[in-house]
Amino acid sequence: MSAPNKSYDPVEVEALKPEEIERLRDEAFAAFAAAGDLDALAQAKTAHTGGTSPLSLANREIGALPPQAKAEAGKRVGQARGAVSKALAARQAELEAERDARVLVEEAVDVTLPYDRTPAGARHPLTTIMERVADVFVAMGYEVAEGPEVEAEWFNFDALNFVPDHPARQMQDTFFVQGADGARSDESGVVLRTHTSPVQARSLLSRKPPVYVVCPGRVYRTDELDATHTPVFHQIELLAVDEGLTMADLKGTLDHMVQALFGPDMKTRLRPNFFPFTEPSAEMDMVCYVCRGDSVGNPDRPCRTCGSEGWIELGGCGMVNPKVLIACGVDPEKYSGFAFGFGIERMLMFRHNVEDMRDMVEGDVRFTRPFGMEI
Amino acid sequence: MRVPLSWLREYVDLPATETGRDVQAKLVSVGLEVETVEQTGAGLKGPLVVGQVLTIEELEGFKKPIRFCTVDVGTANGTGEPQEIVCGARNFSVGDKVVVVLPGAVLPGDFAIAARKTYGKTSHGMICSTDELGMGDDGTHGIIVLPPEYEPGTDAIELLELVDEVLDIAVTPDRGYCLSMRGVARETAIAYGLPLRDPALLDVPAPNAYGYPVKVSDPIGCGNFTARTVTGLQPEARSPIWMQRRLQKAGMRTVSLAVDITNYVMLELGQPLHAYDRTRVEGPIGVRRAQQGEKLTTLDGAKRVLDAQDLVITDDRGPIGLAGVMGGADTEIADAAEEAGTTEVVIEAAHFDAIAIARTARRHKLTSEASKRFERGVDPQAAAAAAQRTVDLLVLLAGGTAEAGVTEITAPSAPRTIAMPANHPDRVAGVAYGRETVVRRLQQVGCDVYGQDELIVTVPSWRPDLAEPNDLAEEVIRLEGYENLPSTLPTPPSGRGLTDRQRLHRRIGRALAGAGYVEALSYPFIGDAVLDQLGLEKDDARRRTVTLVNPLSDEEPALRTTLLPGLLGALRRNDGRGSHDLALFETGLVFRPTGEETKAVRLPVDRRPTGEEIAGLDAALPRQPRRAAVVLAGAREQAGWWGKGRPSDWADSVEAARTIAREAGVEVTVRADRHAPWHPGRCAALYVTVDGVETLFGHAGELHPRVVKELHLPARTCAMEVELDVLEQAVDGALQAPRISTFPVATQDVALVVDSDVPADAVERALRDGAGDLLESLRLFDVFTGEQIGEGKKSLAYALRFRAPDRTLTVEEASAARDTAVALATGRTGAVLRGA
Repeated sequence: MSAPNKSYDPVEVEALKPEEIERLRDEAFAAFAAAGDLDALAQAKTAHTGGTSPLSLANREIGALPPQAKAEAGKRVGQARGAVSKALAARQAELEAERDARVLVEEAVDVTLPYDRTPAGARHPLTTIMERVADVFVAMGYEVAEGPEVEAEWFNFDALNFVPDHPARQMQDTFFVQGADGARSDESGVVLRTHTSPVQARSLLSRKPPVYVVCPGRVYRTDELDATHTPVFHQIELLAVDEGLTMADLKGTLDHMVQALFGPDMKTRLRPNFFPFTEPSAEMDMVCYVCRGDSVGNPDRPCRTCGSEGWIELGGCGMVNPKVLIACGVDPEKYSGFAFGFGIERMLMFRHNVEDMRDMVEGDVRFTRPFGMEI
Repeated sequence: MRVPLSWLREYVDLPATETGRDVQAKLVSVGLEVETVEQTGAGLKGPLVVGQVLTIEELEGFKKPIRFCTVDVGTANGTGEPQEIVCGARNFSVGDKVVVVLPGAVLPGDFAIAARKTYGKTSHGMICSTDELGMGDDGTHGIIVLPPEYEPGTDAIELLELVDEVLDIAVTPDRGYCLSMRGVARETAIAYGLPLRDPALLDVPAPNAYGYPVKVSDPIGCGNFTARTVTGLQPEARSPIWMQRRLQKAGMRTVSLAVDITNYVMLELGQPLHAYDRTRVEGPIGVRRAQQGEKLTTLDGAKRVLDAQDLVITDDRGPIGLAGVMGGADTEIADAAEEAGTTEVVIEAAHFDAIAIARTARRHKLTSEASKRFERGVDPQAAAAAAQRTVDLLVLLAGGTAEAGVTEITAPSAPRTIAMPANHPDRVAGVAYGRETVVRRLQQVGCDVYGQDELIVTVPSWRPDLAEPNDLAEEVIRLEGYENLPSTLPTPPSGRGLTDRQRLHRRIGRALAGAGYVEALSYPFIGDAVLDQLGLEKDDARRRTVTLVNPLSDEEPALRTTLLPGLLGALRRNDGRGSHDLALFETGLVFRPTGEETKAVRLPVDRRPTGEEIAGLDAALPRQPRRAAVVLAGAREQAGWWGKGRPSDWADSVEAARTIAREAGVEVTVRADRHAPWHPGRCAALYVTVDGVETLFGHAGELHPRVVKELHLPARTCAMEVELDVLEQAVDGALQAPRISTFPVATQDVALVVDSDVPADAVERALRDGAGDLLESLRLFDVFTGEQIGEGKKSLAYALRFRAPDRTLTVEEASAARDTAVALATGRTGAVLRGA
């Protein structure tokens, strides 16, 4: 390094001559451009921008210049160094991009690889379809009621106007429970509930009208398991007791339900029938949601879902028999009500094209898993 | 009830174009469930005619005897010459009248008839049997031999009423009257708005004192007994073809003329009848309850021991029939084929109590056409007409003579009336029918109606089901058409949505499914065998079961006390079907007798039961808590391109309990336990805190190897079962939100050496208790055993994270907190800081 020297002519300092500065700058440019990878560039960087690089050395010379010469030389060197570091940055970015492109390609994976590390679980479709039906009514203001599966005969039959020895009592094949002392059927007075209807009676006894409840649950009848029967199955029951309820209200509620579950243009049909706990009573059908009735009288387009009947039988319904209201302490002069109930297995069968009842009861994961969490 | 359309037309003038399908639709709309419409003789095409056999030539030399016949078919064959026919049947002789199908005809089943060479002859047609004509198999397999009065050449299609439609109606228990042509005809007439020709409208002679003596000792069980006598019957008289055909189409076998007639009249009028061979009845006929242990052989040949509640028909010897259910063998009508055919009969047309008949039929497991009708209610006023109709037919068809004596014993009864506001049906339906419509519809079903705003309705004798205003409302609404009801929506009060309990149950199902478990819903039926296989001790509470009187299988007569048998069954089934990596769950009720169940009394139904009475019913029921269970086998995580898999183990099953408890916001305390059916060294007892008390809520772990073997389960099957009702009680109000500090965390790791039988849970609790409020979290990240630690020891490595809500902790503060934590662990569990 040279010391300040007044007699020294700055313009004559070799290293600060404009041509020399330009040359150094261009050398740096050339070196950067020639650097083929980041390592080479790092070397070029040290050589052309490091503390001992010619431009840095030239810069030091400026301090020794007389003040009047400093500005011009400083400007010249500064511009050259700025251009060099810009060129370096540009080349650095260029080479990094090249490297990244190469490395990321190397890191690429096959994103189509399967991943079944932890197989998914699922809820049973009978559970989820029951919830779905219940939710339709919960949204309308109904509450979900529950009751025991081992039930007193009084709740399962008597309170529902199944008088002793009435043939209707034999329509249902009942499992009778032995008494604590091993007593036979007639003595224990306890059965496996044959329908969810005893929850109607329990709801009326535990609430004050108006009563609007749905009762989903498990029920039992003495059928052997086959493709279309199971001794253990599920029903959902609805009960509405209020002032001035009519059969038209029953019809409207059914229509609403099938629309909510099967689509806006669905409707129901009532046909007279007999149940002890409703009077009048009806069988309820819904329009076949698959063929919408188009298969009727149309042998070219048969419908498997409804057997080309155009209607699907859903279940039984009717106006709550005043005798049931009386047995549950509700004044039939003031209140009336409607009720309906249907089998969940049947609904699952036709809604999801299940052909064999056994698939629903055996717990085979291959059947249940595709149904997931909701239905 | 099978209803031939041709027969129905006898009582209602249906338009000729009306098909069975049309009638079906009409009857369905008024509430009769017409299940099928059967076409008889579909595809049948003549010529099919009466023929008389002229000659029979037996053809020899074939495997079976063959006859070559000539048959007079009148002019039906166009020539008037005898028809030559080869026939394999043998139950006919020269001179018999038979049914002949001629070439050009088509029999049911698309069977075209043509002249053809057979057995060396040409057969120009066929002599027909019942099944060839689609009449149903009468059991004889022979050809039809007609009564002699028909002329050769007569059209047999019409004669045998071969082409018809039969409606099959499923009659509901309230509509007993529709188990008769009369009842179905009434509904048909109403549906079509046409008049009804009531077959019960007959002139009936007044009862007198010289009929067959009858003594009714039980007027409640038998409200009406009509007896008529017919003598001089020709035992060889056979039922005419029209009657046979109607009985066949209605689904009944033809037996003998007298029996056929009683059956025919029963089908026609709905009144069950019984015919006694008078020569076999000794003394007066009686009706009484049986004496306990009395014996009777019924017509079906069964020897029956009678119950004191059975209603019986008697003569001097004792019971000769189960009233309203089945007659006795001793007084059976004898067929002409037997030694002495019956020539004198006593006809019984009685009305028996529905409940008495139902009980007897059930007690003796004996359902008959008669009992079916009595159970559902028979028109008590039809007995006299039915007896008369039977007498008329016996006179007409069997050449008998009606005796003048008419016995009729009737308990006095008044017509039943119902008072009903005229607008009641409107209020039930939600439709303004108006009084006029209401009255008209009630009159159509046979009611007499008086009154203006308040109607007094007298119901017809054949409708015992009409007892309440709503019954009448149903009649009006169904005849006005259920399909015409409007659709309106009621407005329930605003609801509260699902209860906490219901939402918790749903969350638990979702959480388990989210954790990879698949729900199975198994049957709750179990037997002792599976409880033995589970290795339950003799006094295990789970052996105390609710038992069924009539189980589907004697092997499984009880209800589950644990969810595991069903769920393990599903696991085994899946495994057997090739799914080996399994995680299943189930939630449902188990049934736990308290041992103190009382008898469930039959409470009255004419009032609300008292709270005490309801409690009494509930006390008759076992406890029915809701439980959840999981079972696991095979891999919990699959091996794959990412690396190794992981078999499911005991820890997964314990974690399943935590997953469930987490949904309730409840912490589980785990303790080692020995409890069947789990592995004694790998069984966790699970506790939750209910009202400050630690309460057992289930078990989890690996199953005992012996249980795995006994139940043929995959090795190392794991299981968890918890009681959700206990969990629900442990739920403790709304969660309090944690305060989040944004100051830096100070982390301290410690490795503690303890005796290997010290539960990790105890060490962790001590560390937590000792670390104080600055402890944010604590996690066990390693368990190590080995030589460095020493035999019988294990090293537990914990990461402790400390943080203060208001400042950055110094290293000294964090270390001090760690040291007090370790000190407490040392004090409680003998833990030694590793390397110290």
